[in-house]
Amino acid sequence: MQYLLMIYQNEVEYAKNDAATNQKMLEEYGAFTQSIIQSGNFKAADRLRPTATGTTVRVRDGKTLTTDGPFAETREQLGGYYLIEAKDLDAALAIAARIPSARIGSIEVRPIWVYD
Amino acid sequence: MTPTEIGKIFRDEAGRALATLIRLVGDFDLAEDALQDAVAVALERWPDGGLPSNPRAWLVNVGRNKAIDRVRRNAAFRGKQHELVHELLLNASAPCETADSVVGDDMLRLIFTCCHPSFAAEVQVALTLRTVCGLTTAQVARAFLVGEDAMAQRLLRAKQKIRLAGIPYEVPERETLAPRLHGVLAVIYLVFTEGYVATSGGDLMRPDLAREAIRLARLLDALMPGRGEIKGLLALMLLHDSRRAGRETAGGDIVLLEEQDRTLWDRGQISEGLQLVEEALRMPGRPQSYAVQAAIAALHARASSFEDTDWPQIAGLYEVLLRISPSPVIELNHAAAVSMVDGPARALDLVNALEARGGLKGYELLPAVRADLLRRLGRNDAAREAYRAATAATQLEPLRRFYARRIAELDRGADGPSPSLPATNAKRLRKGA
Repeated sequence: MQYLLMIYQNEVEYAKNDAATNQKMLEEYGAFTQSIIQSGNFKAADRLRPTATGTTVRVRDGKTLTTDGPFAETREQLGGYYLIEAKDLDAALAIAARIPSARIGSIEVRPIWVYD
Repeated sequence: MTPTEIGKIFRDEAGRALATLIRLVGDFDLAEDALQDAVAVALERWPDGGLPSNPRAWLVNVGRNKAIDRVRRNAAFRGKQHELVHELLLNASAPCETADSVVGDDMLRLIFTCCHPSFAAEVQVALTLRTVCGLTTAQVARAFLVGEDAMAQRLLRAKQKIRLAGIPYEVPERETLAPRLHGVLAVIYLVFTEGYVATSGGDLMRPDLAREAIRLARLLDALMPGRGEIKGLLALMLLHDSRRAGRETAGGDIVLLEEQDRTLWDRGQISEGLQLVEEALRMPGRPQSYAVQAAIAALHARASSFEDTDWPQIAGLYEVLLRISPSPVIELNHAAAVSMVDGPARALDLVNALEARGGLKGYELLPAVRADLLRRLGRNDAAREAYRAATAATQLEPLRRFYARRIAELDRGADGPSPSLPATNAKRLRKGA
């Protein structure tokens, strides 16, 4: 099965990290990504720019409405994702728990909708 | 065969038959529907034709054929999924093994699936009652005090999640077994505590739920022998439940531990519980929380009267519990035990300190414990106020009546304070497990 592991964390807090902390985090992410590539679980992954760079689009009554953000009403924001292949939910949860940000923020694990 | 006899067989075998069918057909919903079909056939045939020699194997066999029929019908209807049918037929036509050991494994798989941590606690409880214990959706709905439709929806969503999210139908691997087992035990204990002291409503106890919880723990103990935490929980529930007949009057009023007629306690259950406590405490490794709680229940069960209870040892065991699984609820229980050793003033200090730390905000029995301590200290006005707070905090009618009795006694300036504990052990422990 395929799962999307969505990484949520507080981007304001995260931005306060010093360079050494950021470097260490990047290395941890690198090692984690390598390990799931080697185990064959990896399908895709990306890190997202902060929500301040985002734009939200809605179409209502045929009109396109564009707004700045999403504004961070919630404590944690989507900061990146991994798309993985895993045997079952337990395997996916075990991989999610190894994402470095799981110790700081939270990882939402969702199965991919498959059309047959 | 009378309908009652047949009903009892369904009750005993349905969970096991379902567990095996899920493995054979690989789908929770399909297995459940197929078992319903098989039960319908049984209800037609068994009354006249007599019972098959192995009812469980019969239900699994007929259920499996019904599942194949269902998939064939659906596949013909949808014009595809030939591969799926093929796979299912291959799987399901494997020898239909219903020996106890194989079915035991299926049962464990089912329990761990229903108690998967990706479900909310109340969903775990509902799924377990419905599928493992074989309660009807209506009975599960009653246990949760919700409507049958709402419960049917909740169960349907849960079963969909099993399939769509890929929740494995497996007993967890060694490294995750301990925390997962802890989750299963928590579900069983939740079922028990709701049966032991209901959250709301007119009846103090719901013995059907307490019985289900004990049945589940017995099953788990048989399936996973030699685990101290399972034996400890089973002992704890047996010992608490042994007092059932003494805990309420014919009119449904609460009888406090100190006033209970101990000859009404179930001696058979007590001796079984005592033996299990011994076994649980003798297991290697550090003592488990349930086993220590059971040891406390054992001291109550052994005491010939309330006065003869070994309160210092009970207080000591609560201190052990505070070390191995600290929680505000355990602290409150510890304070209540201390009141029997060092007096209510010392206990009230502990309760005040606990409250000041904000540990038990909203915990419904906190005002009740405080009220009892104040009453025993002769601080009647403060006690009355605490009993009013306790009344507002509960939705259980028998508790409300009990608090009203206490307030009336205080109003009459009853003949001096008497030592007592306000409620029962299991309830005060319920969030501490």
